[in-house]
Amino acid sequence: MSLNPVPESRVAPPLSPSTRPPETSQRVRLIRPRRGMVSLDLAELWRYRELFGFLVWRDVLIRYKQTYLGIAWAVLQPLMFMFVFTFVGKVAKFPTHGAPYAIITLAALLPWQFFSTALADSSTSLLTSSNLISKVYFPRLIVPAAAVLGGFVDFCVNALLFVVMELIFRVPLRPELIFFPFFFLYAVLAAFGAGVWFSALSVKYRDVKYVVPFLTRIGLYACPVAYVSTVVPGHWQFLYNLNPLVGIIDGFRWCALGPDFAPDFTGLVLSFALTVIVTLTGVAFFRNTERLFADLI
Amino acid sequence: MSAPVISVQGLSKRYILGAMAGHDTLRDQLAHGAQALFEAFQGKLKRKGDGADPNGFWALRDVSFELGQGEVLGVVGRNGAGKSTLLKLLSQITEPTEGEIRVRGRMASLLEVGTGFHPELTGRENVFLNGAILGMSRREILSKFDEIVAFAEVERFLDTPVKRYSNGMYVRLAFAVAAHLDPEILVVDEVLAVGDVQFQKKCLGKMEDVSKQGRTVLFVSHNMSAVEMLCNRAILLDHGSLCMDDTARNVVKRYVEESHARPAGGQLDQRVDRRGTGAARAISFRVLNEAREEEPSMQSGGNYVFAVEYENLTDAPIEDVSVRIDIFDDHTALTLLLKTDFTNQNLTFQKGRGTFHCAVKNLPLTNGLYTARIFFSIRSDSEFLDWVEDAVTLTVSGGDFFGTQHLGQPKDCKVLLKADWSSN
Repeated sequence: MSLNPVPESRVAPPLSPSTRPPETSQRVRLIRPRRGMVSLDLAELWRYRELFGFLVWRDVLIRYKQTYLGIAWAVLQPLMFMFVFTFVGKVAKFPTHGAPYAIITLAALLPWQFFSTALADSSTSLLTSSNLISKVYFPRLIVPAAAVLGGFVDFCVNALLFVVMELIFRVPLRPELIFFPFFFLYAVLAAFGAGVWFSALSVKYRDVKYVVPFLTRIGLYACPVAYVSTVVPGHWQFLYNLNPLVGIIDGFRWCALGPDFAPDFTGLVLSFALTVIVTLTGVAFFRNTERLFADLI
Repeated sequence: MSAPVISVQGLSKRYILGAMAGHDTLRDQLAHGAQALFEAFQGKLKRKGDGADPNGFWALRDVSFELGQGEVLGVVGRNGAGKSTLLKLLSQITEPTEGEIRVRGRMASLLEVGTGFHPELTGRENVFLNGAILGMSRREILSKFDEIVAFAEVERFLDTPVKRYSNGMYVRLAFAVAAHLDPEILVVDEVLAVGDVQFQKKCLGKMEDVSKQGRTVLFVSHNMSAVEMLCNRAILLDHGSLCMDDTARNVVKRYVEESHARPAGGQLDQRVDRRGTGAARAISFRVLNEAREEEPSMQSGGNYVFAVEYENLTDAPIEDVSVRIDIFDDHTALTLLLKTDFTNQNLTFQKGRGTFHCAVKNLPLTNGLYTARIFFSIRSDSEFLDWVEDAVTLTVSGGDFFGTQHLGQPKDCKVLLKADWSSN
């Protein structure tokens, strides 16, 4: 705020109020303390779908405007990881079922990169939008949700890179590819489910912003990104497969490289159920704490 | 008379001070949890429901009022009286602790201009984003886009990131979007306090237009002239309670009387509601006469010295300090502005405490009460050191400004100027 009144000689233009008289709609809005559990209110979320779209659009625009390399970053990162992991994989002699190791890692990096940035962005989304939250009303849930989709363009660029690499390594397209949208949506759900929990927690507990990067760094090794999931010893497999990212990454590999990489079906079903539970409880927790966001943020 | 457009019943908001003061960390929470458990085992369970909770603070207490179609209501009160809380509750940003609000019709609230503007985005992109945030649909923004841009006069810079805009352009664009909202009910905060004088006038003009169209407006301001001019009714808040609901004129009158009945804001050195880095602070303000004796009040036309004691909290002298004293009249309109920059007399603050003097000759103010805001910065506002609103109350009574022995003064103006008249 400037304290110095700078005189301006410009004459104010004619104001342009709309000429039609205000018509009062009869919709009455009641504002009062909420008690007990709060419902999801899908109708309200639907009314704010345009704002949701604008927030996603903003995130995408900013992502590409703030960096000089722009789209190049989206390509460079997975490529670098691909080289490193391929090297590690060859040295450690991880099983490949005859597929090129570059494709094996890249198929895993595709969902992993999307998931980790989506999770990081949505976890901090409420804090970075604190000015909006303290000045304007809208269903807060669209903030972490929009942040998840902000990485969609990056994902598309990476997918294109993946197709190019497949052509280079002469990997044929597989019929399993039709399941690809499912695994992508699964990754969106997983990122949103965790993001909604962390974002709601981050308003009250500021250490969340240190926890999430730590988790994603651990996750890079805990999930089968640099290796294939079959290297995990048999008696650990059940526990290991409960991690939704295992199912997602295996799913991506399966779509790209065929049955040799098929995800464990029981694990997939269980981890998916787990993700749904985490998401639903996260949304419930979020809805029940959002009334405090503006006071705490 | 149709049903009220806004109906507020028994509205209260309580803040928990602890929750606002510091951000909890999980570690604290775990530690507290463990401690509570430990104490529970020792039978030291805390008593509950004592009523007066030392950590609780009622920002708003049992406020009720109704607002009919087309009414323009001013909300008046000192800082911390609950005005902002009331607006936040009406805007659904925060939830009431007790009571309820019924709103009939489409309401837009404007607590700030340019909410959600992003510096990296262009003017065009920000118009869409900000419009959507304020509740406009995409189609609505598209249809009003040209109007908005023309109003803001930024056509040539539409595709420039707003971080390259001048402050004036930025604020104009931000306000233009807000001004093209088309709500039935408009809730406006101190939006008028930003921007230059020209811009403030433009905002006031726009506000008047809105109210003339029969829209319902709820308007919060410190600017008493604006409240008197725009509103037909006003409510006065004090410590969270509604203590008056009357015509704007009467409410403003009482507010002005009350705000002068008590000292501006307590002892200057005790004040904590300051802004700035705090590297140096104003700790006292005295009015001296020419003999350097303290004066309780001033007279028009007199010569005075404002002696301001400062405290430099750094361990080195601070050079090139721009000091500014803004004098406001009882309608909180800026009447006089004293600034070291005007005469290239920026000061150096010595280490520790010191005093500087500001000598004024032939005081041009008429009878009345004034308040002063003190403002320290380095090199003309590049870094704010200290900024205290209502730092001191100044009284002007009597005096012979024109040196004519006529002590009666004009009452209908604030500033006097000696003029020579002649005819041939």
